[in-house]
Amino acid sequence: MTGWLSPAEAQAVWLSLKVSALATVVSLPLGIFVAHALARWNFPGKQVLNGLVHLPLILPPVVTGYLLLLTFGRKGVIGAWLDQTLGLVFAFRWTGAALAAGVMAFPLMVRAIRLAIEAVDPKLEQAAGTLGASRPWVFATVTLPLILPGILAGSILAFAKAMGEFGATITFVSNIPGQTQTLPSAIYAFLQVPGGEPQAFRLVLIAIAIAMTALLLSEWISRVVARRIAGA
Amino acid sequence: MLSVALHHRFAGFTLDVRFDAPPGLTVLFGRSGAGKSTVVQAVAGLLRPDQGRVAVADMVLTDTARGVFLPPHRRRLGYVFQDSRLFPHLTVRQNLLYGRWFAPRGAPAADFDRTVALLGIGPLLDRRPGALSGGERQRVALGRAFLAAPNLLLMDEPLAALDEERKAEIMPLIERLRDEARVPILYVSHSLPEVARLATTLILLDEGRVARQGPVAALLSDPAAAAALGLREAGSLLTARLAAQDADGLSRLDHPAGPIWLPRVEAAPGTPLRLRLMAQDVMLALTRPEGISALNVLPATVRDVHAGQGPGTLVQLAIGPDLVLARITRRSAEALSLTPGQQIFAVLKAVSVAPGNIGPA
Repeated sequence: MTGWLSPAEAQAVWLSLKVSALATVVSLPLGIFVAHALARWNFPGKQVLNGLVHLPLILPPVVTGYLLLLTFGRKGVIGAWLDQTLGLVFAFRWTGAALAAGVMAFPLMVRAIRLAIEAVDPKLEQAAGTLGASRPWVFATVTLPLILPGILAGSILAFAKAMGEFGATITFVSNIPGQTQTLPSAIYAFLQVPGGEPQAFRLVLIAIAIAMTALLLSEWISRVVARRIAGA
Repeated sequence: MLSVALHHRFAGFTLDVRFDAPPGLTVLFGRSGAGKSTVVQAVAGLLRPDQGRVAVADMVLTDTARGVFLPPHRRRLGYVFQDSRLFPHLTVRQNLLYGRWFAPRGAPAADFDRTVALLGIGPLLDRRPGALSGGERQRVALGRAFLAAPNLLLMDEPLAALDEERKAEIMPLIERLRDEARVPILYVSHSLPEVARLATTLILLDEGRVARQGPVAALLSDPAAAAALGLREAGSLLTARLAAQDADGLSRLDHPAGPIWLPRVEAAPGTPLRLRLMAQDVMLALTRPEGISALNVLPATVRDVHAGQGPGTLVQLAIGPDLVLARITRRSAEALSLTPGQQIFAVLKAVSVAPGNIGPA
């Protein structure tokens, strides 16, 4: 990799993979929970939660980034508290890039999983209940396996979105090589300097390759899962 | 023993039922909209009644007066749905074992291999529900409920979605489960043939109320209940023991009132059989008829003559220990001047008892 890519480029690719993976993995349990709540429960404030989840999809990414800076920055309400109690700092760190990517990708993840949950016949869950399974067990043994394709699709969509996240990231954690310079930030940076185009182009190719791989992988996995469920 | 008392008000419909289901299979029978499925859902805990009490043996499932309402998963049920509701992501074997996994340790459970053999689903164990036919699915659903070590089996029209051939296949299996199960079975149906074959106890629901209830043979032979059950399909039960297979393809059954010949019944000699005699197939004669093609002539005593609204009359007969209904015209009833206590003869063609109307007693 180093033979073909410069250390700075390799670093950006590696950082992006790390940021997107962390963003996807950490937001997945919360995504499943929120999707389940939106799909199956009725509670006051449901529409508010729905709106909140979808906000990053419609707000300008710069606005989301700035709001993150306000709340999770060193002086932000949550940021300051996390810094003091857990020593966890987001601002201008790669973890902050993961937070920004996770927030931006969250609506896509929730939408995919929510659709999958809504497609599960509640009668099956009812049947599981009559056979002695409590609600958590019904979820673990019936709902979860049945929405697996949706979870995979949502995760890969979120991962791809995280890989491409630019506006909120650069606003929240800036564009520090080796620290917070993700693939899109690096492409942007290379395009700002004269003669940087070949480097930018290499990164563009890598971005396309990663996105295509993710897409094909998800197609293949969901086909395997669907075949397993269809029987034979 | 299952005891049920429910009161629940829906928009435009009030359910108000009270009944006991003794061991064996209790059929909730009634028109659609009579509240049959609602009762089963309330027993299962899928519906919380306004008022009521549901108890199986000494286990109270619902008691609104004391604020008791067990969620479905703590009721120890086996519920067979009309649409089998098998888990599509699990194999047949995993489906069958699903309930057992949640049953308390040491619960008296049916033997897995024995149940699989009884239902004839051995070759299906490693398949998934998506690859099964409707009849196969329903067999697996029966096995899944039965193997969950339930205290109570609920069956909500388990045969309704199947064609006649599948029904004929599965009915004997339900009969065997009924005889194997040590727990009460509550069975929803709107099919009289099913009632006649399967029921021990019959509960007739009408507009959310219990119209009649009692042992199935008594209710099916009650002229007063016939209208509610459906006159065209009126028929009563006769219990006889298979005695011999004759060389010409007929089977001889022994009944206290005399022998009965039917087209070949496949069963071991000595097997007690339950026959459903359609009321419209039973002819009456004042003297033992001679020179008649019908093979079965049984001495009978008139118990009741029940004239209906139209031109028909229902006659209740005692044939040995059994009560049997005959549906004749009022004109014939008047011509024979039938009166209770009269000794007459019931005439029955051998071929008038369809194979589907014969089952183990």
